[in-house]
Amino acid sequence: MKYTQEHEWLDLDGDIVTVGITEHASTQLGDIVFIELPEVGDIVKKGDEIVVIESVKAASDITAPLDGEIVEVNQSIVETPGKVNEDPESAWFFKIKVEDPTELDEHMDEDAYQEFIE
Amino acid sequence: MADTKRTPLHGLHEELGARMTPFAGWEMPLQFAGVMSEHLHTRAAASLFDVSHMGQVVLRATDVAAALERLTPAAVIGLPEGRQRYALFTDENGGIIDDLMVANRGDHLFLVVNASRVDVDLAHMRENLPELEVEHLTDRALIALQGPGAERALARIAPEVAGMRFMDAAVVPMSGGELWVSRSGYTGEDGYEISVPAAEAEGLARSLLAMDEVEPAGLGARDSLRLEAGLCLHGQDIDETTTPIEADLAWSIQKARRRGGDRAGGFPGAERILDELENGPARRRVGLLPDGRAPMRAGTALYDGDVRVGEVTSGAYGPSIGRPMSMGYVDANRSAPGTALTGEVRGKRLPATVTELPFRPATYKR
Repeated sequence: MKYTQEHEWLDLDGDIVTVGITEHASTQLGDIVFIELPEVGDIVKKGDEIVVIESVKAASDITAPLDGEIVEVNQSIVETPGKVNEDPESAWFFKIKVEDPTELDEHMDEDAYQEFIE
Repeated sequence: MADTKRTPLHGLHEELGARMTPFAGWEMPLQFAGVMSEHLHTRAAASLFDVSHMGQVVLRATDVAAALERLTPAAVIGLPEGRQRYALFTDENGGIIDDLMVANRGDHLFLVVNASRVDVDLAHMRENLPELEVEHLTDRALIALQGPGAERALARIAPEVAGMRFMDAAVVPMSGGELWVSRSGYTGEDGYEISVPAAEAEGLARSLLAMDEVEPAGLGARDSLRLEAGLCLHGQDIDETTTPIEADLAWSIQKARRRGGDRAGGFPGAERILDELENGPARRRVGLLPDGRAPMRAGTALYDGDVRVGEVTSGAYGPSIGRPMSMGYVDANRSAPGTALTGEVRGKRLPATVTELPFRPATYKR
């Protein structure tokens, strides 16, 4: 598992990376009431704003952590955004097929992320 | 936050694990358990809000009600002793300097004004009503207890509050000094606002919070509750650029102050305000329900086809109505309930429908 400075978690399986947000992020955001996901087939660049999250407090976005193609999105969190607050580790947002899985190495491991949020 | 002020309940908030936020120069609790659960708990049981940042002001003069009527379109003369009324301070252009509560306390008036406007309001009254003795009370806290369980909870401490009606204002003697209680609030729920001597505030709050039905709530829930109730926030939904008529607050101008009334006009901006009351304003504050799930926040531009017809001034998710809600201003000819508009959210025009306020009916004990 890897983590970004935007508080995403990244789970690599082959060349597919599953992306969600961390417990820390979900706590900071507060109750999430609206999520807009990218479309399957979207080609995204690292840093593109591809997800909108609205909490009871404010709107924020999350960016593509890597270059690649969106191959799957989790519609269930669009239907029930509160799932992300309940269990951010399993409420994934999207899966992205990456060209170069070694790009993941530039992101933080769990220890580095813990240090980052403290 | 070196310059931010702290309320007498600050230590209690920290002990309860509040997430704090700066607001109008004060360090206030934004949330405790979470905005959504605090909101729903208020509607289901009762919540305690620290609103000690609001300005508490005592006005004295030989004819204090007549004096205050020179600054507000509300009828203050004739407000019975022990009753409270919603009022506006207007300016020469008909704009709204602040909205406030005025209670008749027999030999004086008691005002509660917005925290962000205390200094402006005090200066305004002192400058324009020099005969008035204006006393800003800084040694009292203000606690709001809101929700269907509020009566039962507060009556355990002060049984006489059970007999109060909406907008009654009473003095309750206590061992540590008086509680000044009004049956009112900013949530659309039945409940009370309780002015308490600063030294007694924490004890009172702890007594209430120890009761099964009472939980603490912060400014986050206060905002979503007031928006569901269709209530304005000064600085957001009303300010010097909006008139009372545009803001759909004509109900706060009693008959005596309108044209043909015993004391018609005689407040700042009367000409424009009473003109709009007769002929209609150019734009109006309305409720707006987005058809989809995306909230339309303050600043969202509103369109009818390609024509820009207004702007959202408050927008959030409504936990009790289970959908996003907004209020804002639209051209008067687009203000009828049912009018289909669009709001521009992140570059996309999303459908929304003009709706009557409030989004959720109030449950005041009249």
